[in-house]
Amino acid sequence: MHIKSKNYNNTLYVMLCGELDEHSATHTRVTLDETFSCRGFKQVIIDLSELDFMDSTGIGVLIGRYKKMKEKNIPIFIANPSSHAEKIFKMTGLYDIMPKII
Amino acid sequence: MNSNFMEVVFDAKSENESFARACVAAFCLQLNPTLDEIADIKTAVSESVTNAVVHAYPSHRGQVRVRCEIKGQQVKIVVSDDGIGIANIAMARTPLYTTSKTGDRSGMGFTVMEGFMDKVEVESSERHGTKITLYKEIARSCVLVGE
Repeated sequence: MHIKSKNYNNTLYVMLCGELDEHSATHTRVTLDETFSCRGFKQVIIDLSELDFMDSTGIGVLIGRYKKMKEKNIPIFIANPSSHAEKIFKMTGLYDIMPKII
Repeated sequence: MNSNFMEVVFDAKSENESFARACVAAFCLQLNPTLDEIADIKTAVSESVTNAVVHAYPSHRGQVRVRCEIKGQQVKIVVSDDGIGIANIAMARTPLYTTSKTGDRSGMGFTVMEGFMDKVEVESSERHGTKITLYKEIARSCVLVGE
């Protein structure tokens, strides 16, 4: 898993590249928490266009980040999910807390 | 009726999850599945292997077996371990149920397996391991005119 981020115009853009499963979950969790700890943004957009695979472990990682950002009143949005990721999001109800924007 | 099978055994380590799902996906290619069908199978295998990796062996390193059988167009995948077992299967299959205290687990593993496969069976007894059986019928591919 490789994670790219960019803070632009009060929005933190995060791109997840690779596979998000149990093996990559800890690295993803730690990296996202470090990235989210910076200041100067009012919303987060997680771009999944380069995410090759995700299972429910990935959903758990995203829900954990949502809880942390909710404490700061910072919303998280999902962009460019694959049809497969979309299926998991709809099945698990993730879009109820992290709406899709693109 | 076309039939075939394969079996792999590996340590219950998270780095083997991608190997397990890639292995099953490659074996299923002989049925000419769609990309969506392969993605469904890979996800269900990942969920069942994750279950063994995370929960089966809290005190020692054990192994996970993945057996994949093909009969006609049906794929049957059995993921089993010799770990501590699941105390309450009905509870474990409940959406959002998790034993995790960190809040970073979705508790949706069995729900995803059930959503992506045609049928999911779970057998388990405490201290004797868990066996998860996944079934999926692969739609017959279209035959081109003139073939």
